[in-house]
Amino acid sequence: MAVKFFNPRMRLADIIMVNHNIILLLPRFGIPLGFGDKSLEEVCSRYNVPADFMVQICNVYTFEDYQIGEEDLKQMDMSMLVPYLLASHRYYTEERLPHIEAHLMRISDSVDPKYGTVLKQFFADYRREIAEHFRCEEEFDFPNLQNLQQGIKPKVSMSNHYEESHANLVDKLNDLPKIIYKYLPGNVLPEETMELVFDILQLSSDIQKHALVEDKVLLPYISILERKLA
Amino acid sequence: MKALVSVLVAEPSEIVCEGLKTLIEASGSYNFLSPVHQLTGLYDRLEVIRPDVLILNPVLLSTPLNPDVCMSPKRQLTALAQARPSMPIVALVYQYVEQSLLHQFDDIVDITAGRSGLLNVLSSVTHQHTAATEEAMPLDTKESYELSDRETDVLVLVAKGLSSKEIADALHISIHTVNSHRKNITAKTGIKSVAGLAVYAMLHNLME
Repeated sequence: MAVKFFNPRMRLADIIMVNHNIILLLPRFGIPLGFGDKSLEEVCSRYNVPADFMVQICNVYTFEDYQIGEEDLKQMDMSMLVPYLLASHRYYTEERLPHIEAHLMRISDSVDPKYGTVLKQFFADYRREIAEHFRCEEEFDFPNLQNLQQGIKPKVSMSNHYEESHANLVDKLNDLPKIIYKYLPGNVLPEETMELVFDILQLSSDIQKHALVEDKVLLPYISILERKLA
Repeated sequence: MKALVSVLVAEPSEIVCEGLKTLIEASGSYNFLSPVHQLTGLYDRLEVIRPDVLILNPVLLSTPLNPDVCMSPKRQLTALAQARPSMPIVALVYQYVEQSLLHQFDDIVDITAGRSGLLNVLSSVTHQHTAATEEAMPLDTKESYELSDRETDVLVLVAKGLSSKEIADALHISIHTVNSHRKNITAKTGIKSVAGLAVYAMLHNLME
C-alpha cells in the first residue's frame, strides 16, 4: 500500500484535518489562522515561509516512518530551520510548561503535602533539565549551524551529541501523567487533574515530534553541510 | 492500527486456494499466508509462520502429517490442534466428510458458502479466541504487576540515585541481575526515568 504524504499543493485546511496537531505549528511559522481554502504553498508564500521546508515538518509530525531523502534536504530552503526550532523551544518553555506547572501546583497543594512536595520537586527538576538542554542547543548548536549554513566551519563536529538527552527528556515527561493518574489520590480536583494529564500528554507527544525533526532533518542536514566543508 | 489476522489455508486445489485468497484479502482484515497443498511439513510451518487461523480441507487428514508415523485422520487433527492451541482450525468442506471428524473442528465453511459466509466464520472463530484471552487478562495482571521484595529493594536504591554497579555491590548480586530487576520494575510500573521511579517510591512510602 503506497502511503500518501503531504505535498505543498494540498489545502492547508485538509492537512490539518488529517493531523490536527499541525495547527500548533502555525504560530512557529508565523502563520495566523483564517487561511480559508488556500493551499499550503499559497499560505507559505503569503507569509514568506519556505513551503518545501514546512511540508517536510508536517510530514515528520504526521507519518511515523516518513524519511526525507538526502537530495531533498540538499535542495531545500533551510533558512527557517533555526527560527522554527527556536520558536518551538519558546512555545514549550514560555507557554506550555508554565501552564502545566500552574495546574500541577494547584493539584500538589491540594493533596497530602508529602505527595505534593515530591511532585513539585519532580517537575522543577524536569523544567531545569529541559531548560538546560535547550540552552545548550541555543547557545552552541544553533549558532554553529548558522555558521555552517554560511560556509564557516565550526571548531568541533556537531553531529555526535544529540539523541541520548532527548530520549531522557521524553521518558521523564511520559512518566509524569502515569504517576498522576495511577498513583495520586483520585478524589482531589478530578477535572483539573484530567486536564493536566491531557496537557502533559500533548506536550510530551509534541516534544517527541520535535526530537524527530531534529533526528530526521537537523542532524542529516548538519552532516550534509559538514561533508561539503570537509 | 490493529495487526492483521493471518490465515493459512491447507487445501490440495490451487484453484480453490486462489479463490479463497481473493475473497479473504478483499476484506482487508486478514493477511493471507502462502497456502500449503499437503500436510507433510505443515508442523514446521506452524512453528515458523504462526498463523492465527488454519483453514483445512479434511481430505488432507487422510494423508500423513509425518511420513514415518501412521495416524488416523482424527488423531492427526488433534495433533495439529495441540501444536498450536491458540489457532482455531476451520474445515473447508466440498465432499463427504465423516461427521465425527467434522465435530472436531472449531467451525466449518462449506464450499457453497458465499463471501459473507466465509468471512463470518473467520471473524467468529478469531473473535472467540480474542474474547477468551481478554477475559483472562485481569486475572493475570493482579499478581504479575506487583513488585517482588527484591525488586522493591532495587527500586529504593535506584530512587536514592545509586548506579546499577553500586546497587549490585550493596545487595551482593551481579550487575546483570540488577539490570534485569530494573527492566522488570519498568515493565510493571510503566515508569522509565530514575526521577519518575523516585516519585513512585515516595508515593508508595518506600523511602525513609
